[in-house]
Amino acid sequence: MQRAQVEVTGSEQVGPYTLLHVARGGLDPGLPGQFFMLEAPGRPLPRPMSLCLAPPGELAFLIDAIGSGTRALCALQPGDELAILGPLGNGYRLDVERPLLVGGGIGVAPLPYLSESLGRPPAVLGFRSEGHAEAARLVPNAEVVIEPTYVTAAIPAGHDVLACGPEPMLAAVALLEPGAQLAWEAPMACGHGACYGCAVELDGELKRLCVEGPVLPAEAIAA
Amino acid sequence: MMILNASGCLDALTAPTIARSLDAFVTKTVTPLPREGNAPPRIAEVEHGMLNSIGLANPGIDRFLSHTLPRLGELGVQVWVSVGGFATADYADLCDRLDDRPEVAVIELNVSCPNVDDVPASVGEIVGAARAATRKPLYTKLSPATADIAEVALAAQKAGTDGLSMVNTILGLALDGRTLRPCLSRGAGGLSGPALKPIALAAVYACYAATGLPIVGMGGITSGRDALEFVAAGAPSVALGTILFSDPTAPGRIRVELANEIGQLGVGELDNVIGLAHAKPPGPSEISSRTAAVSG
Repeated sequence: MQRAQVEVTGSEQVGPYTLLHVARGGLDPGLPGQFFMLEAPGRPLPRPMSLCLAPPGELAFLIDAIGSGTRALCALQPGDELAILGPLGNGYRLDVERPLLVGGGIGVAPLPYLSESLGRPPAVLGFRSEGHAEAARLVPNAEVVIEPTYVTAAIPAGHDVLACGPEPMLAAVALLEPGAQLAWEAPMACGHGACYGCAVELDGELKRLCVEGPVLPAEAIAA
Repeated sequence: MMILNASGCLDALTAPTIARSLDAFVTKTVTPLPREGNAPPRIAEVEHGMLNSIGLANPGIDRFLSHTLPRLGELGVQVWVSVGGFATADYADLCDRLDDRPEVAVIELNVSCPNVDDVPASVGEIVGAARAATRKPLYTKLSPATADIAEVALAAQKAGTDGLSMVNTILGLALDGRTLRPCLSRGAGGLSGPALKPIALAAVYACYAATGLPIVGMGGITSGRDALEFVAAGAPSVALGTILFSDPTAPGRIRVELANEIGQLGVGELDNVIGLAHAKPPGPSEISSRTAAVSG
């Protein structure tokens, strides 16, 4: 893990989301599913974001402006600076034979980088509206479903599922695919094991998601 | 002058490089038995700070001694062990079990966690029992949530504490913007970060004047200027808490900023700043000569 002061190189709208590009600043992009803590301008705490894309010389994060911190991040303009820390946590295992990426809503964020790393495997993405589904353009070879259809209705059998999305979606995917790898999220102050804020029940105990996860085998967590 | 972490604000085993950037590492509070802590969510951001209701999650003293402490001892940084209990005897037992461990430089008595229901006995009793159980230096960590913190500090001093760590967090509440229900599952939680700084400074100021004990000052320090103010209030050492969450490189940065602040002050070395806030305000002639010295 390293911390760097980096410059915003671009900010583009992807449906209701913002794809924030920053200069890489000597940071290692890490593995798909790992995350970075992004300084949220004007806020006391940084925000955890999984890496969405790793273009040459850049890092890109897909952000949903749902609160004060994410709104501040989405308002950043090219030339602005922010501190970022990472890569943090454990990413997806990439030693899978028949990968299928499954994402829901803003949970598609780590899938573009994951798709590139795995040679653009098929993906199933679920969104709550056509507008939100614009984010599907970031993920190659994706089949898109819109609520009230859920991703679980579109997952073909016989794949190694790598998923990220809201908790109910991950719980449903875990029931369908007990061997899946699931990326979870939790409120987090630090991202490096210090604050104990991101505790989740894992193998019957409360453990830190930032240290044990955020990607976990489906059987490890009771949602 | 030492820069430490506030207990519970750094895990030296997951972030050893950050731990080594400190003069001493303070562990998360260890209790007699393992504790999972409170149910999540247990952190929330607020204006100028954060709330936590972790609730002393820790592996318990047995596992701490067998697994954690040996690894901390290999880090190459001085280790202070924070202990917490629910009765006076707990503190005595914990100190007794740490007493012969060479990895432990100092024991910090956490008598002030706001996130547990069982309120321990009086601070004087706890310190006295701990003092009888160990030869290690004892620092007592005080809560600012008291009518007269100097009185508590004096009781700790009388009972044999070697120093004071101050302050712990103070209870605060945050409500969810949509539901108007508490953000934390426990309801209220400990407030830390810049919002705590004036409260902490007042506590350090009062206890330095009352006891003269060495103080590790903490509460919302984010810069060398903040650290300087704690030194001036009477704390020869400072600890960093919430800032380590957002900027784990803060110890090195704050060390440099503090040196620059002291250089600009024109009073010589840092020792000359300790307790400076208690000195008689400088007269007009002193101000002008100091200004001349700085500008010259």
